[in-house]
Amino acid sequence: MNASLRGTGRLVWAGLRALLVLTVVCGVLYPLAVTGVAQAAFHDKANGSPVEVAGKEVGSALIGQKWTGRQWFHGRPSQSGYDPRATGSSQFGADDPRLAKSVREARERIAAYNGVPASAVPPDAVTGSASAIDPHISPAYARLQTARVARANRLSEGTVRKLVEDHIEGRTAGILGEPHVNVLQLNAALRAETAKSR
Amino acid sequence: MNQTLADVLQLVALVGALALVHRPFGDYMAAVYSSGRHLRVERLLYRCIGADPGAQMRWPAYLRSVLAFSVVGVLFLYAMQRFQDKLPLSLGFAPIDPDQAFNTAASFVANTNWQSYAGESAMGHLTQMAGLAVQNFVSAAVGMAVAIALVRGFVRARTGELGNFWADLVRGVVRILLPVAFLSALALVAMGAVQNFSGMHEVHTLSGATQHIPGGPVASQEVIKELGTNGGGFFNANSAHPFENPNGLSNLLEIFLILVIPFSLTRTFGTMVGSVRQGYAILAAMGIIWLGSVLVITASEYAHPGTAAQLAGGAMEGKEQRFGEGSSSLFAASTTMTSTGAVNSFHDSFTAFGGGMTLLGMMLGEIAPGGVGSGLYGMLIMAVVAVFIAGLMVGRTPEYLGKKIGTREIKFAASYILITPALVLGGTALAMALPDGKEAMTNIGAHGFTEVLYAYTSGANNNGSAFAGFGADTPFFNTTIGLCMLLGRFLPMVFVLALAGSLASQTPVPTTAGTLRTEKPLFSGMLVGSVTIITGLTFFPALALGPLAEGLSR
Repeated sequence: MNASLRGTGRLVWAGLRALLVLTVVCGVLYPLAVTGVAQAAFHDKANGSPVEVAGKEVGSALIGQKWTGRQWFHGRPSQSGYDPRATGSSQFGADDPRLAKSVREARERIAAYNGVPASAVPPDAVTGSASAIDPHISPAYARLQTARVARANRLSEGTVRKLVEDHIEGRTAGILGEPHVNVLQLNAALRAETAKSR
Repeated sequence: MNQTLADVLQLVALVGALALVHRPFGDYMAAVYSSGRHLRVERLLYRCIGADPGAQMRWPAYLRSVLAFSVVGVLFLYAMQRFQDKLPLSLGFAPIDPDQAFNTAASFVANTNWQSYAGESAMGHLTQMAGLAVQNFVSAAVGMAVAIALVRGFVRARTGELGNFWADLVRGVVRILLPVAFLSALALVAMGAVQNFSGMHEVHTLSGATQHIPGGPVASQEVIKELGTNGGGFFNANSAHPFENPNGLSNLLEIFLILVIPFSLTRTFGTMVGSVRQGYAILAAMGIIWLGSVLVITASEYAHPGTAAQLAGGAMEGKEQRFGEGSSSLFAASTTMTSTGAVNSFHDSFTAFGGGMTLLGMMLGEIAPGGVGSGLYGMLIMAVVAVFIAGLMVGRTPEYLGKKIGTREIKFAASYILITPALVLGGTALAMALPDGKEAMTNIGAHGFTEVLYAYTSGANNNGSAFAGFGADTPFFNTTIGLCMLLGRFLPMVFVLALAGSLASQTPVPTTAGTLRTEKPLFSGMLVGSVTIITGLTFFPALALGPLAEGLSR
């Protein structure tokens, strides 16, 4: 009994030493090494791909924002109002009546807001993303907002349409994921355009 | 290019990349676990541990080392969370409550990474990187060590010795996981994942609002979470968070990392047993099931049945625009077919059959290709069962790889197979019988039941993904799911190692004309059949109450 207890004690002691030394290797040295190289080689990306306008940081190219007002392109519905401190989605099933209701309402609201027929509103515009901070919308949703945004900013529709087309990113490497438009970058370009025209 | 063609090419690119590394990486891993040489850094580690890497262990000793290391892991991680406010880089977060700290510690040590907490609002940086992420490495290495011990059981004869656990653990970390993780972490940062030690910082947006942008050692944790088939996200949104998974390419890299070790280990197995074709037979069975899951989920999401999805014109609820339906489905199939549980889209909002397939993927026992190590040993157990069933049909004593599958061996295999269904169905039944189950559902009716079933399936099979509408952070669920994760991880290991010990002590039987050829396609087919029949019989009634009822109710 005593011998087996001692044996167990020795084993647990070995386990603890193994855990501690591997914690140093995998939990301290490894992330430090990755951080060191990443900060030196990819400084901006390692720090969250900041977007600057007139020398001031106005957000991250990878984190969506809440846009209100007719003068901006809007993003997708968000569970948390685009607060990165609370990411996640609605979790409603594809048959859920509450989701069906919110989709129906969003479709009507967006169609009226942009003066387009309800059938023109694409799926991404009426559904919440997974992260609640999706930085992108579909090209279709961006195009749909063009006329409304142009009017509100007193720009020609052609100018805004060109901005949208310039900001459409295709699938990564041509085949990965879906085409998308970065809303913050599009709005930043829009801001520059309005400033120029005044 | 249309969506379908792009998604087909994406699948081809993924399979091509996996095929390309299969042979060199599988053989490399075989060499790692067979080599007699120790690297200098490994010698240093052995000295710190106080272990002799050359000492051979029989199965009870190997098992005791696994358990001792894991028990210490649970206690250490529990303590770290309970005292995180006293540690550096805590970001001001309070200690985690006891039930949740137990759940999380069990979860990460059991390679499950079920998360009843939200990373960005609960865990400090040190707890994440020196606590949780360390278990991402070592729990994966433990899984691989046990798988290799089972393979040695087939290879060795008349000895009962299975190798040295400490050596297998250290080699898995130092020679396999760390180098791959380091390189992929840098690749991920180059694509946009963040890697720093800052907390939230405030920015003033163009529309005049303020927003808090998070920081943290994200990329380094993200890659090992995929590579070690762990799945615990730095952020609550997991791999849907743009800082964890910024674009289509990073998404493909992450899926590749999830699958590379489980699929390549079949080559390691083939090489070690001296017949690579035996490995290909196992690989074929895994590949067929995985591909089937990819196709079912993708087809279901494309068709997007369901009132809300039909109204929206696509199954985009809970999916990111940069991924869309195809890349989300590919990720969902891969994460549930391995024991990863990372998500780039929320399975709760998938269509009934798409979500049901993610559930079925886990119910198959995480063996196609399964978790790192656990996938291989799980599939080899199924192979033993398939050989046994074939033996019954022709009336011969079954053999596999020259070892007799006798009463003792089949008892171990059968016990292994019974554990997770008992935990899943028992846990679900208990939760549904008590008020706790109903209170935790976000959804109603059949979909709500699926949330509970998914939770216990995910825990007991060490997956860790969730139908995340499920309110899991209650003392009842933290405790019961925590226990399911520990029992679902370590009880099967007991039987795997016992089986390995029993096989290793046998004298091999010569191959004769009557021996079942386990390297032939016929056997791969039998293996797929055994897996589906056993799972089907076990879980069909439960599935009928959940996703099947939901999908057929229209």
